[in-house]
Parts: sequence; structure tokens; C-alpha cells
Amino acid sequence: MSSAQLEIQLIAAVVAAACALPGVFLVLRRMALLSDAISHAILLGIVLAFFVVEDLSSPFLVAAAAATGLLTVVLVEGLNRTKLVREDAAIGLVFPVLFSIGVILISRYAGDVHLDTDAVLLGELAFAPFNRFELGGLDLGPTALWLMGGVLLANVLLIVIFFKEYKLVAFDAGLAASLGFSPTVIHYLLMTQVSVTAVGAFDAVGSILVVALMIAPPATAYLLTDSLRRMILYSAVIGVLSAIGGYWVAHLLDVSIAGCMASTSGLLFAAAFLGAPQRGLLAKARRRRRQKWEFAVAMLAIHLFTHEDLPEAATECRVDHLTEHLNWTDQFADRVVELAVRSRQAMLENGLLRLTESGRRMARDAIVNWSPSA
Amino acid sequence: MGLSEVLHALVTDYTLRTVALGSATLGIVSGALGAFAVMRRQSLLGDAISHTALPGVALAFLLTGTRASLPLIIGAAIAGWLGTLAVMAIVHNSRIKQDSALGMVLAVFFGFGLVLLTYVQRMPQAGKAGLDKFLFGQASALLASDVWTMAVVGGVVLILLTVFFKEFKLLAFDQEFGMSMGFPMRVIDILLTTLLVIAIVIGLQTVGVVLMSAMVVAPAAAARQWTDRLGIMVLISALFGALAGITGAVLSSLTSRLPTGPTIVLCISGIVVISMLFAPRRGIVYNRLLGFRRKRQLELDSVLLDLHELALQHHDPQYPHTPAVLRSMSHNPLAVDRSLMELQQRGLVKETDPGLWQLTVEGERLAESKLTQLGVTR
Repeated sequence: MSSAQLEIQLIAAVVAAACALPGVFLVLRRMALLSDAISHAILLGIVLAFFVVEDLSSPFLVAAAAATGLLTVVLVEGLNRTKLVREDAAIGLVFPVLFSIGVILISRYAGDVHLDTDAVLLGELAFAPFNRFELGGLDLGPTALWLMGGVLLANVLLIVIFFKEYKLVAFDAGLAASLGFSPTVIHYLLMTQVSVTAVGAFDAVGSILVVALMIAPPATAYLLTDSLRRMILYSAVIGVLSAIGGYWVAHLLDVSIAGCMASTSGLLFAAAFLGAPQRGLLAKARRRRRQKWEFAVAMLAIHLFTHEDLPEAATECRVDHLTEHLNWTDQFADRVVELAVRSRQAMLENGLLRLTESGRRMARDAIVNWSPSA
Repeated sequence: MGLSEVLHALVTDYTLRTVALGSATLGIVSGALGAFAVMRRQSLLGDAISHTALPGVALAFLLTGTRASLPLIIGAAIAGWLGTLAVMAIVHNSRIKQDSALGMVLAVFFGFGLVLLTYVQRMPQAGKAGLDKFLFGQASALLASDVWTMAVVGGVVLILLTVFFKEFKLLAFDQEFGMSMGFPMRVIDILLTTLLVIAIVIGLQTVGVVLMSAMVVAPAAAARQWTDRLGIMVLISALFGALAGITGAVLSSLTSRLPTGPTIVLCISGIVVISMLFAPRRGIVYNRLLGFRRKRQLELDSVLLDLHELALQHHDPQYPHTPAVLRSMSHNPLAVDRSLMELQQRGLVKETDPGLWQLTVEGERLAESKLTQLGVTR
């Protein structure tokens, strides 16, 4: 592995982690699509600032582009407030305009400046190591790494410092307001974070795939845990995994690195969607299967309990009569009886079922818990 | 180039005519379907569908090696469909919400599309198939055969839309009611979503995947300002879509280095701004003017009724009063003199002596009738 390869992976990992952090709160606050709007709209800011400073890694450019991101949020909210369109339409109206102006400016003047649409939209991670950060003739590594490292650090610090506020606003904005934390201030702080992160990341992954890195890892983490702290941590780790995994796939197939990072993040989500321990489709299916048998055993216990010690017990509690009384198939009944006997809820004597003490308790509990009046 | 020359070129110039017809078709179809998307609060589904179509476009290109419309449209439609299904599956089967599901599917599919496109670009027969042609569209590359494909596919979509208009309307406004009436609402939902997918993919070649969503949202959002009736909204939306499509595509074809998609988006956004400002009843400027006129009317009425009230107190309908009295009774004392002048012009009040005002007979009658209207009885 060459040092350029190592640097690319390092940049990709830092970008992914930096995107995942604010992404967690976007996902929780159901504002994921604002990141789509912001990441598209910052193109205009980038282009305008680029015309002035002619340097893609200037801090001025980052500031100008981030301001465009905030402008997008303000415009969406302003449009919303007119009540002439709904919020989803407001988002869908604002960012295409800003984005279109940006694209037209690039196309019109691209010949004069070194900025082309593909690079801004899709990023070119492979070239990132060529742009070095030098101080007094000393090579300190790629500029992108420093830039995104700074953004990552800022995101970590902000989330650590304002963890309580962010958490409160994410889960109960009303309570936050009544306790004196302004949800608006927190909202704009988060939106500033999203804008700055998107600007920093566009260089590496392009303005569209920033959305993948902001949404997919937190959504994946959301399926894995119920704790906000863990969700933030998992998101960052999943983001880094997507970045490095994506890099190697891209390297092997010689295709777009950013595209592979996004695809990998999608695959990781699909894996969690299917296989997450609690919330995955497979876990849910398995739980449903288990509950089906548990329910059947409980039903058998209730049936036996109802007729226990009564004259009809001799017919009602016979294994070969269950098909008739509980409307079960033979196979199903045999399996339930086997489960009940194995879990020591019932005993089988000459084809006659009798509850054990624990089976009786189970039946009683089941009746109390499941009866409609309870 | 003057307007008449452009119009002349539209009829005679093959390229320009093709471009204009193609853009008009896409504008009409996406505008009509967009009306439903916007009413159903699914504006951003259009964004997701158009982005998710990219891998389909790339695969179709990879498999057929042509840029003909039909394979690209079919590929894009399948991918767009799969993306929509993925969003629905995620929302139904996990706690991920609609917005996250849309954003994620959009970006991940788009990323996968990029992977395929960079793969395509490495192939020798691909030539220099510029990425930005897929991303931002290139109307000037449209052929007559492409336009025919778009028109036929779009025509089928519009016919289905007309045939099932009642069902789609039910879906947009009261799904539960439709269900209780025995309509298969899920099937209708799937049909409408399919039509939306098709409407979006036939525009991709012209507008590009990144901005096609605007052609779904913007015409409908503009049309919404002009009417409260769905049927009329669909027609206006289609008209706006066509107008913006033609204008944008022609501008872009006539100007060098002006990408089609963004130009069309700016045109339709202009229509949105105009509609939001000036549409009767909903428009911002319209409402400002209306508010101003109502305020003025209230000022006139208050002076008229104040004079009437004062006269009643003196048991003489013609009893004159000074403006100072009226000013002290008014919410807006500064407007009293202006109001008196205007009322005098209408013959409702008269100045008997300098600085003394009284109601005329007509003024008294009008004041009485206004009081009756307000339900004031004595």
C-alpha cells in the first residue's frame, strides 16, 4: 500500500466520520432531506467563492459555502411560513434553484477557472493527496486531511459540549423550549454543522454523496441500538467502514471511489436491515416464530387448566383429541405437546396430558394477562 | 436573436423543433403527474426517483451500448421503481422514517449509478460519454425518434391518468374513504406511483437526473396557487411544465455552454415566484393589496358609522360634527380627513360649514344598511 493510498483512506475515513456525527441528529429529527437540500445548494456558494479566491481549500470558500447552506434552510423555512406550499415542496423548490445557478455559472465560466462540474458534484478523492499542506517548506500532508480533520474535531467538540441540548431538542423540542433551551438556536447550530461538513466533504466525495455518508451510517446505527451515545459511536464506525471498504472495492474494480463508498454504506444498511439483532427482518421473523410456539404452548396449558380435575378431563385432555378441541392439525398438536412436555409445563401419561405445577402457574398468568378485561 | 426569429426557427429548424417538442412533452407529463405528487406530500419522492434512475440508465447503456431513448427509459424506470420499493420496504419494516429512507436510497442508488458510469466510461465503445450529460441533460442531443418515444410513452401515461382520474383524486384526498367504498387503494397507489416514475424517466435525457425532481414539484406548486380544483390544477401544471420546458430548452440550445436542466429549472422557478406573488386569492402581492383595500374600506366605514352614531346621540340625523371629534373616536386618526374627502366625493357626507361635517341622506341610508348587515339593532 503506497502512502497516497493510505492518505486517501485516511481522508475518506475522516470525511465519513465527520459526516456521520451531525447525520445522527438529522435522522433523529426527521430532517434527513435538509442535508440533501444543503449539500446541493452549497454548490452555488462554492462556485461564487471560488470565483473570488480561486482556491478550493480556502477557509473563505468554506465560510461562503456554509453560508449558502444556511441560506437554504432560511429560504425553506420562509417559504414554509407563507403557507403557500408545504414543507416537502418547499425543500423541493429551493435547492434546485440555487443548485441550477451554481451549475450554470460553472458551465459558463468553467473554461476560465479550474473547476468542473464532475469534480464538484462527484468529488475526486484520488486527487486529494496531490494538494499538499505546506508550512515553511515542510510537507504536513494533504490539505483535505487537515480541513476535514478540523471539521471532524469541531463536530466532536460541538456534540460533546452540547450533547444534552442536542439530545433534548432531538427527542422533545417542546420540553427543551419550556426549559429555556431555544430549539431555534440549536437547530441553526446543527444546520451550520451540516453545512460546514458538507462543504468540507464535497471536495472528497462530491455534493450528492455527502447525503449518503450523512444519512446511511446513522440510519444503520439506529437499527442497532436504543442509546444515543452508542448510536453516535456506531455511526462514526460504520461511516469509517463504508469509507475504507468502498475505497478497496473502487481500487479493485477501478471505478468511482465516492460511488463505492456510498454503495458500501448502502450495503451495510441492508445488512443491518436484515440482520440487526433486535430490529432486523430476520430477528423479527425469528421472534414471531418463537412467539407462535410459545403462544400455542400457553394455549394448551389454558385448555388443560380449564378442564383439570373435571369429569370431561378424560376426553378433553387426550392428545389425540386436541385436533378437535383446539382446531389444530395432528402435526402441530404433536409438536406443541412435545414442546410443552420438554419445557416441563405438562406431563404425558397414557395419551392423557396433565399440567405440572409450573404449567398451572403459566396458564393462570396467561389468563390474567391476556384476558380482555385485564 | 429576436422573438420572431426564434418562433420562425421553431418551425423550420429541425434541431430546435425537436428540442422544443421533447421538452414540451416532458413538461406536460411531469407537470400533470407532479400535481398529484405535491398534493400527496410526496414532492421529494420525485427527487428520490430521479436520482435512483441513474444506475438503470447506466446499466441500460452498458447492456445495449446505445443512447436510444427506449432502453434508457426502461432501465431508468426499473431502477426508479426498485428505489421506490426500497423506500417503502424500509419505512414499513423498520423504525427508519420516510425522510431518512428517501435520502439514503437516493444517495446510495446514485452512488451505485456513478460506479456503473465510471465503469462504462472505461469501455472502448463508450467514447467520451460525458457524465454531465446524464446528470444535467442535453436537450440538443435529442433526436426525432427520442421525441416520438417520449410522446408515445407520455401519451399512454396521460391517457391512464385521465381514465383513473377519479380514483387518483380519491387517493390524494381521502384514502380511507376510498377504501371504505371498496376501491383497491393499494393497487391505485402503485399505479399512480408507476405513472410518476415513468413521467420522471422520460424527462431524464433532457433535464438530467439531478434536477428532474424540480420538474415534478415546481409546476405543481405554481399551479396550486391559481386554483383550488385538482382537475384544473393538473391542466395548469402541465401547461406551466410545457412552457418552462420549451423556454429553457430553446434558450439552452441557442446559447453555448448553457446546460439544459438548470436552465429549465430556472424558468419553472420563475413561474413559481410569479405565481406565489401574483396569483389571485393566494398570491402574496394580491393579499397585500386586498389587505390594503380592506383597511381603507374599514377607515371609510368607521368615519361613516361614527358620524351616524353621533347624529343618533343628538336625535338629529343631519347634526354636524368637527373632524376633531371623529379623530378622537377613530383607531387611525390620521386617516379621518382623507376618509371624509373620499366620502364627500361619493356623496355620502357633506361639509355644511367650514370644519363641520354631516351625513347626507344617502350616507344615512348606507350607514343604516351597514349596521343591519352587521346585525346591530336598536
